Amino acid sequence: MLSASHGALLGAVFNLNHPAHTVDWEFIHLSVANVVVIVLMVVVFALAILLPFPGAARRAQARKAAAGAVGVGGTAAKGGGPTIRTDGGPQ
Amino acid sequence: MSWLRPKDDAQPWRGPYAPYDLIKELVIAVCVITLIAVLLTILFSSPDEKPSTIAQWSRQDPINFVATATKELNGTSATAEYGPPYNHKSASVQHFLFLHPQRWLGVSHPINTRYDYVIGPLQTVTADPALSAAVAQYEAAPEAQKTAWGEAYAKPLEEYEKATAAHKTPPSTVSLDESTGAVTVHPSGDAGPVPTMMAGLLNLARSGGLDGTLLTSDQFYQTDYTKPLLFLADGGLLAERAEAQHLLGTQWGMMNETGSYPGQTWLWLYTLWYQVEPMKSSPNADLQVMLIMAALSLLFICIPFLPVVNRVPRWIPIYRLIWREHYRSQGVA
Amino acid sequence: MSAVPSPDPTVPPSRSWTVRLRERGVTALPPEKLLPDGQPTYVASWIYVFGVASIASLIVIIGSGTILALKGPAWWHYTGVGHFFNSIHLWSVELFFFVMVIHLWGKYWMAAWRGGRGRVWVTGAITFLVAVPCALTGYVSQQNFDSQWISTQAKDAMNATGIGSFFNVTNFGQMYSYHILLLPVAVVALVIAHVLLIRRHGVVPPITLSQRIGSSTASTAPSGDGGPGEQSTSTQATS
Repeated sequence: MLSASHGALLGAVFNLNHPAHTVDWEFIHLSVANVVVIVLMVVVFALAILLPFPGAARRAQARKAAAGAVGVGGTAAKGGGPTIRTDGGPQ
Repeated sequence: MSWLRPKDDAQPWRGPYAPYDLIKELVIAVCVITLIAVLLTILFSSPDEKPSTIAQWSRQDPINFVATATKELNGTSATAEYGPPYNHKSASVQHFLFLHPQRWLGVSHPINTRYDYVIGPLQTVTADPALSAAVAQYEAAPEAQKTAWGEAYAKPLEEYEKATAAHKTPPSTVSLDESTGAVTVHPSGDAGPVPTMMAGLLNLARSGGLDGTLLTSDQFYQTDYTKPLLFLADGGLLAERAEAQHLLGTQWGMMNETGSYPGQTWLWLYTLWYQVEPMKSSPNADLQVMLIMAALSLLFICIPFLPVVNRVPRWIPIYRLIWREHYRSQGVA
Repeated sequence: MSAVPSPDPTVPPSRSWTVRLRERGVTALPPEKLLPDGQPTYVASWIYVFGVASIASLIVIIGSGTILALKGPAWWHYTGVGHFFNSIHLWSVELFFFVMVIHLWGKYWMAAWRGGRGRVWVTGAITFLVAVPCALTGYVSQQNFDSQWISTQAKDAMNATGIGSFFNVTNFGQMYSYHILLLPVAVVALVIAHVLLIRRHGVVPPITLSQRIGSSTASTAPSGDGGPGEQSTSTQATS
């Protein structure tokens, strides 16, 4: 019944079914796989914060449109939302 | 409930909005995550180390099997002496100050190791009159006699296991016939029917009958593997496999997976506490670590309301990077 | 101007629970707030996609998990297709925690609980804490060596706290039930609450750069972000 081999690969490009290598420092012992995951998380977090987000032109246009609308009743950028107040007071 | 609401500086946004398609974003995210998951599957697949069975254990390490079974019979195994929820002993009962939750919640999954792991399974073997007679003789004996027989049989096995663990030459009082898989023990005294019982149990295990019996002893359908798992865990096979796969507690095993796969990385803080004193050498380590993690989890939930902690993001201005476009648009450096 | 008519204060509240629930729901989350087609212009960073990435991962987890549930817990051990879907399930779980923790980091450094958004943080934190045992119940339901080892080890922590008396990690039937029903329902319910609260309060505005710690000076910045805050109650105006 159990035709799958020990730790069934079935088409995996890389065989990870061997005892893990570990990163050892003082009392810390982490598997290489886990270290890779943690390092990747830090890298991705940094990239997420640093890389520019698309749509800057659209947002600039929205800001311009909102700044151009003076007083109550000015239309917001396409897509809705309240206009930016220029009179400084609460709505 | 304003006392629950942290003091802050964010009024409702009255500024401009730009078009943002949330549903499209969600669909794209699902497609991207699916693609990444499929890619990782194609590249690495997933681990599936076959489970150990009692039959395998009894064949691969018959001496360890017999030694463990003897402890179950004598009530000296880890499970036999565990305490709640399996029995009323206390070897694994933990407490912290006045907190004794293990005792308070009681024995909810009773296991009688002598009967569940030895006598009960042996009583299912009906075609061996010598074995049936041995079991009957054992059952009829007073408790003191049972203890004496059991200890006489257990002593050489304990010495054998100690010597093997210390990589010394094991005593010749315990031997294994490689061709038949039979274990011969020269007891330190009169062991009564115990040798016959242990030989019978070893045969039952090697045939696969013990795996089945431990599961279906109470009923036909079963989904609770507690009994066979605890029996396996009392022996050395699971720990031996685990050590080879870096899954032991001392190897930060909680975070690890079999093979070279990433494991439960998010358990890093949980497992870290087991590596530091006083938890490292405490018999109450599990309860201590769980209490620490419960406290930290509560603090984690309450971060918005914690003084100092809820101010750190302002002191370390990563937010300046996140919102740099907004600040630039306001003419703020 | 609000597009949602507020209940007429001169009319006594309806005795119908259905009407009262509907009115409460629609007042709190009118359609254009529930599914807005715009976001404030400060939503301009890749860090913002990690929330939706967490939801996407959860969808893939539930999808692959559903396929595994359709064929039963033993299927993936003896067919290639089963193993394929099990692998997707495992990797989507790794991705889920990966993106969720990055989302958490982002939200912490944005102090995203400001402006009465404490409950958003709380529901998010509890979601993470419930996802951990949800994953654990999955690991012990695999029915392989990993499950044998994890369950016989984890039982000690459960037993030490007394939890083991009613949550038995070596009981496959119980763990499987928790894993495919009880805990996923809890996670999904928490995520729904989390998202609805975000829709209600809006995405947290940027920290005001002119704001000093503990200052009560109201900012005169036209964006209106300054001074001690109150819970956001405004609905979005539409043109």
